[in-house]
Amino acid sequence: MIKVTGLVKRFGGTAVLDGIDLAIEQGEIIVVIGPSGTGKSTLLRCLNFLERPDAGRLTIGDLDVDVTRASRADILTARRRTAFVFQNYALFANKTALENIAEGLIVVNRWPKEKAHARAREILERIGLADKADAYPASLSGGQQQRVGIGRAMAAQAEVILFDEPTSSLDPEWVEEVLNLMKQLARERQTMLVVTHEMSFARDVADRVIFMEGGESSNRGPRPALQLTTGSPDTRFPAQGSGNPGNNRHPDLSRMPVRAIAVERTGD
Amino acid sequence: MQVLDVDYMLGLVPILLRYLPLTLQMAAVGMALALVLACGLAVIRVLRIPGLNAATLLFISFFRGTPLLVQLFLFYYGLPQLLAFLTQINGITATIMGLTLHFSAYMAESIRAAIVGVDRSQTEAALSIGMTNGQLMRRIVLPQATRVAVPTLMNYFIDMIKATSLAFTLGVTELMGATQKEAAGSFLYFEAFITVAIFYWVIVELLAWFQRRLEIRLNEAYRR
Ligand SMILES: Nc1ncnc2c1ncn2[C@@H]1O[C@H](COP(=O)(O)OP(=O)(O)OP(=O)(O)O)[C@@H](O)[C@H]1O
Ligand SMILES: [Mg+2]
Repeated sequence: MIKVTGLVKRFGGTAVLDGIDLAIEQGEIIVVIGPSGTGKSTLLRCLNFLERPDAGRLTIGDLDVDVTRASRADILTARRRTAFVFQNYALFANKTALENIAEGLIVVNRWPKEKAHARAREILERIGLADKADAYPASLSGGQQQRVGIGRAMAAQAEVILFDEPTSSLDPEWVEEVLNLMKQLARERQTMLVVTHEMSFARDVADRVIFMEGGESSNRGPRPALQLTTGSPDTRFPAQGSGNPGNNRHPDLSRMPVRAIAVERTGD
Repeated sequence: MQVLDVDYMLGLVPILLRYLPLTLQMAAVGMALALVLACGLAVIRVLRIPGLNAATLLFISFFRGTPLLVQLFLFYYGLPQLLAFLTQINGITATIMGLTLHFSAYMAESIRAAIVGVDRSQTEAALSIGMTNGQLMRRIVLPQATRVAVPTLMNYFIDMIKATSLAFTLGVTELMGATQKEAAGSFLYFEAFITVAIFYWVIVELLAWFQRRLEIRLNEAYRR
């Protein structure tokens, strides 16, 4: 289980995350949505210390640290227990698809090369890219690169995979294959925290949806810095397609517990 | 009267060939040391290591901002007056020292640029799977930076080979020093210096040819 409490991250005096509490159960699939600039990426990046949070407590398995006091070893542990899928894939350009997936096993987990490559081949099989094992990222389509990116995260055998808008930089033609792979992982009950604008994915897959709201988009008067509410889903999700309230067409959604997290930005 | 004493020039070739190894050795040793030093300086600059970063900037500024010949004279004639243990320094050592320091200043900047040029998101990806900074540098950043830096570094190596000719001003009999002596004996200055010019030219062209082939290969890398 992954748990954060009181997570705060400021950029230049502005609190982007102002006391976030979040618990993710094993096998849970959580989708994070919200307008641009509300700190969705920052939340994910804080969970594996790509950003250093300003306050909060992080628990991943038996690791339990005050984020401001986390040692180098704690940070490495946290990173090994979380895997990240980036919007722009961020594959290692000097490594083939196979090597991208095997790299962490070899370097971080210190597996022998053969064993790591064998595992990487299994993963390539699962992501449907067995024939691209020896291809470098530059020769792969966006969709293929992102599937390798997901494969690299799968190899890490992390407690949770953090997805930061995994389909947002893809040409529309490649979105489907990446979402399908993510759905496959969801069926296998891989714990996931997914920032996405793909409402269909949220509807079909998420156990829980978190709505992050930025102060700047609000003209509804002052709000407390952090507010947890259970909102009516159809006010939260713009229905896709016109004239459809979404509720009937997507009955799952109405049953979905939705927590709205409003993050007030103190600078506004 | 002949315009050009070709026989003399041909006779000069085997004599100069004997001094070629020294020229190449000074360049090779200088290049190896300069590479090591430049990598260190580049890493200091990239990581902005406090204190060392400022010292590195000063070092780079000085060695890029003053002529190589001045630096060589400083090491060979100047430093021994300051530091007694350097009285033993010979021309070859002083040349290698000068070439190393001078070229490492230039090379540090191109290595730094190559490292910084590696896509930042790959760094984050490496960190996100739990790599340490060292692992990230060794396995991801440096291999890619090398690819970018190699052509520029080859240019510096070519420059360095030509710059070894300055060693003759420190009394070293290398390619240029040998030519100078031969010319002084025969008074055939034009023949002597055009011969040594052709020597350097051929070496440089050979390296340039090698460099072009290397660049083609490097550009193909990671595209399969
Ligand atoms: N490294 C940084 N330095 C300064 N400000 C930053 C930094 N990273 C993010 N911010 C700011 O923090 C806020 C939240 O950014 P973040 O990227 O987390 O938002 P987001 O919800 O992921 O947005 P998007 O949907 O556009 O990806 C933004 O106002 C952004 O400008
Ligand atoms: Mg974002």
